[in-house]
Formats: sequence, structure tokens, C-alpha cells
Amino acid sequence: MSEEKKVAIKKIQATGQMRKIMADYFYELDAAARDGSQKVAWCTSVGPAELLLSLGFKVYYPENHGAMLGATRLSNDYIPVANAIGYSPDICSYLTSDIGAFIKKETPLSKAYEGIEGVPKPDVLVFNTNQCRDVQDWLSWYSRELNVPLMGISTFRNIGEITDDVLEGIVHQIKALIPPLEKISGNKFDIDKFRESMALSRSCTELWKKVLETNAASPAPMSFFDATIHMGPAVVLRGSETAVQYYELLLAELEQRVKEGVGAVEGEKYRLYWEGMPIWGKLRDLSEFFIGLKTAVIASTYCNSWIFAAFDPADPFLSMARAYTEIFIVRDERFKEKYIEEMIRKFKLDGILFHDSKTCPNNSNNRYGMPERLEKRLNIPTLTINGDLNDLRCYSEEQAKTNIEAFIEQLEAK
Amino acid sequence: MRVKTQMEYFAGIDIGAAATKAIIIDDKQELLGHAVIDSGADFKAAAEEALAGARKSAALKTSDSVTIVSTGYGRRNVTRAYETKTEISCHARGSFHFFPHAHTLVDIGGQDSKIIKVDDAGKRTGFKMNRKCAAGTGAFLEEIAYRLRLKLDKLNELAGEATNDISIGSYCTVFTATEILARIREGARVADIVKGIFNSVIKRVIEMDPLDGPVVMTGGVVAHNPFLVTMFEKRIGRNIAVPPNPQLAGAFGAALYALESKGGINA
Ligand code: SF4
Repeated sequence: MSEEKKVAIKKIQATGQMRKIMADYFYELDAAARDGSQKVAWCTSVGPAELLLSLGFKVYYPENHGAMLGATRLSNDYIPVANAIGYSPDICSYLTSDIGAFIKKETPLSKAYEGIEGVPKPDVLVFNTNQCRDVQDWLSWYSRELNVPLMGISTFRNIGEITDDVLEGIVHQIKALIPPLEKISGNKFDIDKFRESMALSRSCTELWKKVLETNAASPAPMSFFDATIHMGPAVVLRGSETAVQYYELLLAELEQRVKEGVGAVEGEKYRLYWEGMPIWGKLRDLSEFFIGLKTAVIASTYCNSWIFAAFDPADPFLSMARAYTEIFIVRDERFKEKYIEEMIRKFKLDGILFHDSKTCPNNSNNRYGMPERLEKRLNIPTLTINGDLNDLRCYSEEQAKTNIEAFIEQLEAK
Repeated sequence: MRVKTQMEYFAGIDIGAAATKAIIIDDKQELLGHAVIDSGADFKAAAEEALAGARKSAALKTSDSVTIVSTGYGRRNVTRAYETKTEISCHARGSFHFFPHAHTLVDIGGQDSKIIKVDDAGKRTGFKMNRKCAAGTGAFLEEIAYRLRLKLDKLNELAGEATNDISIGSYCTVFTATEILARIREGARVADIVKGIFNSVIKRVIEMDPLDGPVVMTGGVVAHNPFLVTMFEKRIGRNIAVPPNPQLAGAFGAALYALESKGGINA
């Protein structure tokens, strides 16, 4: 393999528009929190956002803030602050980065958006444990600290088949949130508004899915690293017209790329799946590194996690329960393996990279023998790299890159 | 020493975290000379020095041209290299040269350990590297030797003299040092402790991946501590093959890649 060359990431034109809608989103949140014109709900990333929107809340997502702390590489200033008050370096580093930053009264929002001084103060904190327990612990800290009500949904985890019993239980929990949320928001629940936000989320999700599926083309038009950035609106603006319009724009651009045979990686030779969390502080670096290796990382569990195919405005409660339960992170190993197998087929992949993210066992799917099983069953090579979503103390640049490079050499010699 | 006319030669330089190894081969894959030096803090200088040493030991003339492939952590610091390859590929290539059949290669280096699987065609089918920690590597042995105030080159002999098995359980090098203090307090002999830390290295390596088929071992730790190989054999109940100059396997593989890049063996 030749010298590491300086390579340029191909710019996605829609990025400008994304920056704008994200800025508008944060300014609106900030204004709402300050003048009280609208109540602010903090919600976990795969929590019942559409319900909150329908009740007139502005919705803020702490995990998005966590990712920002990671991407700006500020996390390692804040994680130790949370460690010092008893939150272990072994638990979610979104949690520790975010709480540490709050204690230090700092946020990347104020650097990115002039005039914003802090994260928007919440009126209510809403979680769903479908992804992990950490989100509940995380919001619990804020609940105690700010004396703000905390509520949420407890979802079973590691499930295979999703039975009616499970869904009924969740529907029940979603409905139970309504009375206290009505009280906090001052608005009466309106099923039509709920249906409306579900419909918008559904459109957003469908478009986001189409965006990701453009990568079935060879060369693939968008890298995983780009996708993690362009996923922003699907997370924080789902349930809005803005997000729908944005993904129409992005989709058109990517479809144009496909038509013209333009790939994210010039001279694409290999196509890989990324399983696990992004390493936020190394997105650009890894993106360039893979371009240099003529390797396109083009499909991932992570970016697919905001596809909620089940959303159905005609049956909003049940379909919400289903959508937020059937996602990958909630499921058992058999489901996950079948899912990845399908991805390999659809995207014509040459290998799978597992990111063993030190502080997120929930998204580190290498830990129960899955790479070994997939290698054997599907005859596809896998590689596990050690790192973390935010805590760069857990990431060895040299080790990771040598491993990746050796993996590509292995594919080359095949 | 043979008299050589102006010929093409091939060099592999393996700049590892601890040692830099350079070797020179000819177009018949014959090893002509080599050098091993400490990597130190300047990888570029180490590569130059090792290459000069290898050239000298191969009795090359200044006018003899050498195609270089570099490998190891410092591989990108060799500006004169024709190509760079990871140490994983180079070790597999070097090992297959000596043992041209499917096997599992265990390389214990200064800063990392690797388990690499090659098939009957010499192609790599998979590999694992140790996690980013000294456990199961040369760095672990170095640290413990320092704590015990022992010279590194005495470890092999000492381990061979052990009469008792002492179990060292911890992953962590620092915790291991504490464990050793406890053993010393209990009156354990140094030789037994050294054997215990050899065993710890073996355990860490075995935990990485199943060792399928014939096993080959390479790397600096193996080169300097043949007794560790004996212990490893006992542990897995099978013979282990070791190439001549096990520390040079990566550099040898790199030199073979250099030769291949220029059209391969000149029969
Ligand atoms: S899923 Fe992982 S990264 Fe996300 S909040 Fe939970 S522990 Fe943190």
C-alpha cells in the first residue's frame, strides 16, 4: 500500500441548506426556552418525539448535543468532570461529555450559533429505554439538578419477535404520558395533530431511507461519514416539513451523482459496512483515510437506525410503539445477523467493520461472537477496531489505522 | 564473501515500536544481510541506520540499487520506500515463505501481538491484534523486568530454571507488578515469577483467537526467549514451528514484497 496521500472529501452541495435548517432549529429552541413562548421537551433520540411535537413542545435531543461534543473534540475536556462526580469512564460517553459540559456551563452551540449561551432549559425530560439504560440515567441527572419532571417508556430489550403483548404494554405507556405532558405544555392532546406529526415523520423517514439506498449504486454517492452528518435533520427535525424538504433536496443531489457515476470515493475498489457508533472526533480523518484506501464505507446500522418504517398516521399509538421497538438496537442477535446479511446483499459489500465502542455496549455488536459467526456463515471478512463514540482516550489512531489498512490488504490479495 | 556485479537487491525494513529490523535479499530470495537496532524516537534515522547496517552486512557496493518495502509502525517514515505494507501482511508473507502451507501465525512484538491466519495459497484469511494495552506483548515483559531489576536477556534463562508455577492473573501491567510484590512477600523465587509472567503473555495471546492448524511463532519476544515457545507448546499440546531469525519475519516479508514488485523471483 502506498503513502498516505492528502485527499479531498467531495462536498455535498445540500450541506449549506442543512446548516441553515439546523441553525434555525437551534435558534428557535433557544428563543422558546428564553421567552417561554413554547415549552421545551428533552427527548432521547429514539423517544416519542412525535407525541411531544403534537403537544406543542419544542424538542431538544441531548444525544445530538453529545455527538456535537464528540465531533468538536471537546468531549475529553468534559468527560473527566462527570467522572469526578461519580459517573464512570466506562458508561456512555455522550452522557459523561454532556453532563460534564453542563457542569462547566459550556456548549459548542454557543460557538456555532452566535447569541446562544447555553442548551435550552427543559420543561420536561422524556426517555425511551429502547436503546439503553444510560439515557434514563442521563436525563435523571438533569431532573435532579434542574428539578424538572422526568418520564418515559421502558422497552424490553434483546427481543426477537415483537409480540402484541409487548406492543400493548408500550402503547399503554405512551398513553400514560399524555396527561402529565398536557399539564406541562398547557395544550390538550389532539389526535389529529399527533397523526400529522406521525405523517411528517413517516415522510422524512421514507426519504432518509431512499437517501441511504442510493448507496446501492456503484460507485456509492455518499460515505457513511457524510451520512452521519446529514442524518442530523432526521434525528432532530423529524415530524417537520423542513426535514422532508431537506431530504428531497439531498436525495435529488445523490440521485444525480448516481446518474453521473460520481462516487464519494474516487476509484472505489472496496465497499464496507460500518457496524456500531461513529467515532465522532475522527470522522473527517477516517473519511479521508478510507478515500486514500479507495474504500467506500457506505452502509451502517447507525444511519439506518432512524428509519421508522412502521409509522402509520391511521394508527398512531400502535405504530409508534412498533416503530420504536422494531429498531435494530432493541433486537436479539438472530434478528441483527439477518439484518446485516440483508445489508451485505443489498449494498454488495466486501467486508464488515465492527467498531467496539468502549462506552457503548449497546451499539458494540462484536461482543457476543457475531463477527465470527458472520464470517463463517456468509464467508465475509470482518474487522473489529477498538475506539469510542466520544472518549478519544479509548482510541489508538495508529492501531486502528494499521488494522484497517491490513484489512484492505487482505481484501486486495483475495 | 561473494563478489557481486551490479545487481538489483531487495530490502525489507520493519520499523517496530521497539526495534527496527532491515534485511537485504537477492532476486533468488536469498538472505544476504541484516541489521537490528533500537527504534528510538526518530524512526526515519532508525530506518536509515538499519538499512546501512544491512547493506554493510550484505557487502553491497554503494552503487548497488535496492528496492525497499517498509513495514511496521514507522513504515511511513521511510521516504525512500517503493511501497509500504502493514506488518500484518509482511509477517504473513515472511512466515509463509518458510512454512508454505495453511497455518496460524503468532507474532509477539514489542508493542503488540498478532494472530494471523493464512491459507494453503498463502493468502490471509483473517487476523487479530491485541487490544491497545501492553498485556501479552514485549512491553509487558520489559516493564516487569525493570520492576524486578532484571536484564531482559536474563529472562529466558531464569524462566528455564523455574521449579514452581506461579499464576499471574491480572490483565494490567501495573496490577501485575503489584501481584508480583505480593508473591515476593510470600517468598516466591525470581525464576518462578519470571516463568509466571511468560505464562501471562501466553494466556493473553491464547485469549485472542483460536489457534487452528499448524502454529508458527515469530517476533522479537520469541527470538530472545525460546523458552517461551517451549512453554507455549506445552500449553497447546502441539509443536510450534519457528523460522530462522524469528525477529526478521516481518522485514523478510517486506523484502519479498519488494522483490515481487519488480517482477518476482529470477530463476
Ligand atoms: S445507545 Fe450507547 S451511545 Fe447511545 S445513549 Fe445509549 S449508551 Fe450512549
